[in-house]
Amino acid sequence: MTTGPFVAIKDVAKRWNGQLGVEGITLDIPEGSFTALLGPSGCGKSTTLRLLAGLELPDEGKIFIDGKDVTTSAASDRNLSMVFQSYALFPHLSVAENVVFGLKVRRVPKLERQKKLHRALEITGLLGYEDRKPGELSGGQRQRVALARAIVAGQRLCLMDEPLSNLDAKLRNSVRKDIKKLQRDLGITVVYVTHDQTEAMSMADTVVLMKDGHIQQVGPPEELYNKPNNTFVAEFVGAPAMALISSDGLSGFEAGQRLGIRAENIQIVPKGEGRLTCTITESEFLGSETLIGLDHAHATGLCVLKSGMALMPEGDTIDITFTDEHLHVFDASGQRIATQT
Amino acid sequence: MSAHANLERRRQAIYGWLLLTPALVLLSVFAFYPTMSTLWSSLFSRGTRRNPVEYIGTGNYTELFADPTFWIVVKNNLLYAGVTIPVSMAIALAMALWANGKISARGFVRTAYFTPTVLPMIAAANLWLFFYTPGLGVLDQIGSVFGLPSINWLGQPETALWAIIIVTIWKEAGFFMIFYLAALQTIPEDLKEAADIEGTSRWTYTRRIVLPLLMPTTIFIAINALINSVKLIDHLFILTKGGPSDASKLLLYYIWEMAFAFFDAPQAAAMTILVIGVLAIVAAAKFLYLDKRTHYQ
Ligand SMILES: Nc1ncnc2c1ncn2[C@@H]1O[C@H](COP(=O)(O)OP(=O)(O)OP(=O)(O)O)[C@@H](O)[C@H]1O
Ligand SMILES: [Mg+2]
Repeated sequence: MTTGPFVAIKDVAKRWNGQLGVEGITLDIPEGSFTALLGPSGCGKSTTLRLLAGLELPDEGKIFIDGKDVTTSAASDRNLSMVFQSYALFPHLSVAENVVFGLKVRRVPKLERQKKLHRALEITGLLGYEDRKPGELSGGQRQRVALARAIVAGQRLCLMDEPLSNLDAKLRNSVRKDIKKLQRDLGITVVYVTHDQTEAMSMADTVVLMKDGHIQQVGPPEELYNKPNNTFVAEFVGAPAMALISSDGLSGFEAGQRLGIRAENIQIVPKGEGRLTCTITESEFLGSETLIGLDHAHATGLCVLKSGMALMPEGDTIDITFTDEHLHVFDASGQRIATQT
Repeated sequence: MSAHANLERRRQAIYGWLLLTPALVLLSVFAFYPTMSTLWSSLFSRGTRRNPVEYIGTGNYTELFADPTFWIVVKNNLLYAGVTIPVSMAIALAMALWANGKISARGFVRTAYFTPTVLPMIAAANLWLFFYTPGLGVLDQIGSVFGLPSINWLGQPETALWAIIIVTIWKEAGFFMIFYLAALQTIPEDLKEAADIEGTSRWTYTRRIVLPLLMPTTIFIAINALINSVKLIDHLFILTKGGPSDASKLLLYYIWEMAFAFFDAPQAAAMTILVIGVLAIVAAAKFLYLDKRTHYQ
């Protein structure tokens, strides 16, 4: 057997009464990788995941898991586990019963069930909570029960739909690390849906950025950051996002082009020496640096970073400069133009 | 304890009592007081011109227990309850599970099931008269096609109670279905999906997830069905009047007969107290036992 990708999605589309869900989704996911589906609300991340899980059937295209065509297979035949955005815990069952539910359904012997349960609870730090009902747990604990239920099955593919969206920032950070560690330790393949780009960028080997039911770019995080395919990716990825300047504001570019520049590549220079003169709209202290928001007639999202606490008065005008090698060039339709290097 | 907290607690208590008052007043006037006065009057003899009313203690009860008709009626009612409650609940659940699925004409199915409920019991009874009437009734018409002899469903002691039972089930199942349907809709879709991914069969999902989550509804419906099995006698007036030879007579009908046909109010009162006693025991069991073992959301 050839060692093709573990999961392959080929030109899949899903519509509801003609209304677009997703379209032209083509994606290869290698075994043991961590893939994040990223995009704004309603872009089709959940739909893609549910198609993969078998909870929805595609109108077009094919899906392969482990070399098998599973396009029309039932969810249970796909050998995967899933963590739902809403946890989907059974409210009347205790933590332990929730976790072993699937094992019981598959008639796993009691002794083995006990062992697996113990291990899953150990990994997720839930020992001692066996007899609680989901209603008696905090959001983070429920989250971990859902995780435990997904890993206890021992499937090689695990799908997660915004598993951290209900947690506070601090908990999110720690559970994020837990999930990443778990994935590495168990060597499983994870497909992870999120609308939070820091989450996607920090966890994933591959990020799939989607918009309006279409994939915009697939690649490792640094590639999305350093070589955005189009202006949407440029403006979505990175905090702060890339600023876009229309070619009217700069000399030496064709009409209709747009130039992207990241905040860290912009310098403030004395009056009269810069390439653009902008007005300061806000200064935001971020801790180790200060973000200065700028306004210019031909640009959107311009900002510059200054180290330390360096608030600047709003309404002042300053000059900024940058070098051409840091500019990302996009054509009139927003597509990246390969730079001549 | 500080005086402040004490004052606050007293205020809360007064508040609570004020909120309770309207229900308490209504219940006292229309439930507690009549119960007590019924209990009181069941302890006295029936007054006639020659024998004035006098206190006889449990005399009415001993007389009742010696009355063979009373035991027939009790047996009838136990059978009536024992069949109508589980059967109508099972049918209601089955219909709800079906009508909650992804079937075509779902709205029509739900409406069709619910129709018997909106009919008054008297109208329903008249409708069924049209089925049961010997010779002319629909059942006999169908039977005659197959060459079966005409059967007087309501006129024979062997079939009269069963005919009544069927009307009740027909009437109640649709009503209970609505409760099950409402409860089914509160079960999140993703529980089914989570179970699906684990490879749970439809039957296992229903048994392990749906039924336990429906338990509060089931208890509610069971209590209602129990109350109805004592309370619902309208159709007796149209269909059998308790006959033939008491074969389809139920407790409440007998109480009514005792009070308003035989004018033996104390006897009727004694029977009423017995019914109330049984229902009270059931209610207590519900609160003390079942509620603790049921998952409420
Ligand atoms: N069952 C459905 N019926 C009709 N349209 C649907 C259905 N499910 C999703 N859609 C549509 O498909 C599109 C993609 O939805 P999807 O749930 O995949 O978005 P998402 O990227 O997961 O968004 P979010 O981040 O808000 O969860 C949306 O426009 C949505 O309205
Ligand atoms: Mg979603």
